[in-house]
Amino acid sequence: MDLLALFRKPPSTASVAKERLRIIVAQERGARGSPDYLPLLRRELLEVIRRYVNVDPSAVQINLGRDDGHEVLELSVALPQGRARR
Amino acid sequence: MAETIVVTSGKGGVGKTTTSASIACGLARHGKRVAVIDFDIGLRNLDLIMGCERRVVYDFVNVIQGDCTLKQALIKDKRIESLYVLAASQTRDKDALTADGVRGVLDGLAADGFEYIICDSPAGIEKGAHLAMYFADRAVVVVNPEVSSVRDSDRILGLLASKTQRAEQGNGGVKEHLLLTRYSPSRVAGGEMLSVNDVKEILGLDVVGVVPESPDVLSASNAGVPVILNDGSNAALAYQDAVSRLLGETVPLRFIEEPKKGFLARMFGL
Repeated sequence: MDLLALFRKPPSTASVAKERLRIIVAQERGARGSPDYLPLLRRELLEVIRRYVNVDPSAVQINLGRDDGHEVLELSVALPQGRARR
Repeated sequence: MAETIVVTSGKGGVGKTTTSASIACGLARHGKRVAVIDFDIGLRNLDLIMGCERRVVYDFVNVIQGDCTLKQALIKDKRIESLYVLAASQTRDKDALTADGVRGVLDGLAADGFEYIICDSPAGIEKGAHLAMYFADRAVVVVNPEVSSVRDSDRILGLLASKTQRAEQGNGGVKEHLLLTRYSPSRVAGGEMLSVNDVKEILGLDVVGVVPESPDVLSASNAGVPVILNDGSNAALAYQDAVSRLLGETVPLRFIEEPKKGFLARMFGL
């Protein structure tokens, strides 16, 4: 048992709020400049992938990056552990 | 040259109309010629907060549709000489407001010698909110120190930076100011509420005002007298400071620290 935990104050709710907002605001600002079609593209890709592999919705990540003047569409799919079911 | 200021927030109920009314009164008390426009078509409320609800004959949409002149629709404030209100229409027709119509009204006000036009935005990010911000030179973003309000206002900042005339023309964009309302210094001190600096840091905005939580805000709306006119109230003083800052003065923030308790008060827990 962590005896020190008895004396440690839990973080204040305001600091929890601040941390949560910092993350969500950064994430939403990051998505702001990206084209409108990305969420739809992500959804449709997920549908196609799920016809073959039963992946979790959060397993498909799409990022639009910039590299030396050209844009890179990066797609990453985390496949489930072991053999694909289905 | 008229300056158009939108009062916006994204989230409802954070104090946009209270703020619009108080800023308009405050600027007018500085001798400026001010018009304040309610953009919440279908849900008119600025007239109540300004205390002129029984004098509304024509509204914003009537002017746009040519049913009356701009002069006929402007309601002159009974307290401050240079202050006028343009009420929202109670129509349910969402398309009553058009960009050209709004531009026409704003140009008409500028031609009539108004120095400040305050646009009281509706909540949300629909057409009314879009048109309230579209022609703005500056924006006062009203935020409560609370997660949903902060997040929604960041969404509004995104729209101000992309869906406004100034953003589209690329001439510096809309100047944004943060105005915190319902601020409770004691709850901030207790770690239960986001502080001014927290919100400022998250949103990356200049603070134009911090209005403390105050029962005077409700009393003011009950009476139809903008709270800034209640000189004994901390909320009024905070709004007066905000108006001075909008006019370019440097005024230190007040009411952001918990009042210090005296020795006896601490001893006896008073």
